[in-house]
Amino acid sequence: PPAHSHNDWIGPPDKHSNLRPVIFYVPPEESPLEQRLREARQEAQACNQRFWARHNRAFRQEKEEFICSRLKAKGLELRDETGQKATLNAEEMADFYKDFLSKNFRKHMQYNRDWYKRNFTITFLMGQVALARALRWLRWKKKNVEH
Amino acid sequence: GLFVWRLKGTGTRHIPCHFVHLCRAANDRLITFQYFNFLKRMYVTQYNKDLSQRAKPKSDPVVSPFHEPQQLDQEKRVLHKISPVAPVHQPWPETSRRSEMRGVKTPAETEASAARAEPREDRQWKEMKLRLDELPGILARLSKIKLTALVVSTTSAGFAMAPVPFDLPCFLLASLGTGLASCAANSINQFFEVPFDSNMNRTKNRPLVRGQISPLLAVCFAASCGVPGIALLTLGVNPLTGALGAFNIFLYTCCYTPMKRLSIANTWVGALVGAIPPVMGWTAATGSLDAGALLLGGILYSWQFPHFNALSWGLREDYSRGGYCMMSVTHPGLCRRVALRHCLALIGLSAVAPVLDVTTWTFPIISLPINLYISYLGFRFYRDADRSSSRKLFFCSLWHLPMLLLVMFTCKKSVLDKEDKGDLLGKGESPGRAMEIRLP
Repeated sequence: PPAHSHNDWIGPPDKHSNLRPVIFYVPPEESPLEQRLREARQEAQACNQRFWARHNRAFRQEKEEFICSRLKAKGLELRDETGQKATLNAEEMADFYKDFLSKNFRKHMQYNRDWYKRNFTITFLMGQVALARALRWLRWKKKNVEH
Repeated sequence: GLFVWRLKGTGTRHIPCHFVHLCRAANDRLITFQYFNFLKRMYVTQYNKDLSQRAKPKSDPVVSPFHEPQQLDQEKRVLHKISPVAPVHQPWPETSRRSEMRGVKTPAETEASAARAEPREDRQWKEMKLRLDELPGILARLSKIKLTALVVSTTSAGFAMAPVPFDLPCFLLASLGTGLASCAANSINQFFEVPFDSNMNRTKNRPLVRGQISPLLAVCFAASCGVPGIALLTLGVNPLTGALGAFNIFLYTCCYTPMKRLSIANTWVGALVGAIPPVMGWTAATGSLDAGALLLGGILYSWQFPHFNALSWGLREDYSRGGYCMMSVTHPGLCRRVALRHCLALIGLSAVAPVLDVTTWTFPIISLPINLYISYLGFRFYRDADRSSSRKLFFCSLWHLPMLLLVMFTCKKSVLDKEDKGDLLGKGESPGRAMEIRLP
């Protein structure tokens, strides 16, 4: 993002986590409240990134392993004559999906609780910051009118 | 087009719905059918099981006599153009019932070109500044405007089926209030589901995911839609409808959305969310919760299952990875059983309609063929449990509901046939001096 910009910038989705990274703008006179908000958002972003990157990687890995083991059980090769990777059809993959979901249930529960908490906190802070800014602007306006 | 509103609307999961507008005239029906096929060919079906989209009921193909079919069609076409169609990687992409657009697989070139166009725009860093000229489009996507339209049409179906003289102001207020409530619910849903939406193909282009709008603004928008919407329903229509609207918002945002990740019971909650709008339409007209309202709600409730379960069958991978607890992933047998069960329930419910004086005896007879057909497809899905049978069932459900509601409307029992009309007129709580039009 350009150096002169006064806004946050959001980028393309990350390869592993599918989340879009945000580069936060730090204003020169950042109030403590605004700092809290920015740090909360940065923390949430980092946390989300960690979780999803790890989770998606695990999914891909386990999926590969599952396909491998199933193909071996069936006595087939990993790649067919044309060099394409052999895949299983949806019905065979269903067992894997079911398994994966139940294995990660607890992890998701934890993440959900965490995410909801963070989301509410951040939005509430945003509200506070917006209110503070509005009051500041009104005060500035009043001062200007008086002079 | 056919709007299919169904479950899962995870904010992201939204797929544009096709709205099928069925007209009464035979040639209109032909046109509708052609349009539907056209839509099928044009769009990629993205079905997002996420209930987030489940917010409101499906489109209501029943066109009230006060509607202009052509105008609606145009609106639909415009609506379709608004939402971008995200490239789909799977042959049958996730469909989000509830929300967004649902498209049929596009021909290879369209998909390829869409896939090429999207990444180019996607690879850039964008400034997170709110642009006023983009705001209407952003808010439309945030509120899942297409799904909302479907919900409103279901509500108008409920209103139209109520055995009272048609009251236009009341109808408009009820539709507006329901639409605002639906916008609010959908926005909150998207607000809750940002990281999950980013990870699913169907929903990854939602405004909050892309950072086009801040979460604070999304919440403010939701509040500014929800509060006036419910107030409108409570004060402008009647308190019962307002209460149902508020309850539905609560059910969708605070029950269905979190439950999607907790237990498969979310599907039943979502079906209930879909069933409430027609009930709201009915109570808006009559002011009371009659058996007829419950029947209409029941029909929509039952419809949700074949629709959603068939859809979710093709989205199992994304659900599994995203951590969504859906029947199709964890209890596939149950998923198919429930779908079949509710197809059959539709036959039963249609038969009950004349008993409750909602329709004449012609309704169960005329609707029997389509109900039998969807039950047959439900049975095939139950037995075969494969992609093609689930697709057939899903697409059938898309036209089945509009047609059913249309037939129901045409078979509606005339108000004049009723014995004590005085009783009926006393029930209604129409706020304004409306023109009282006697329905045939």
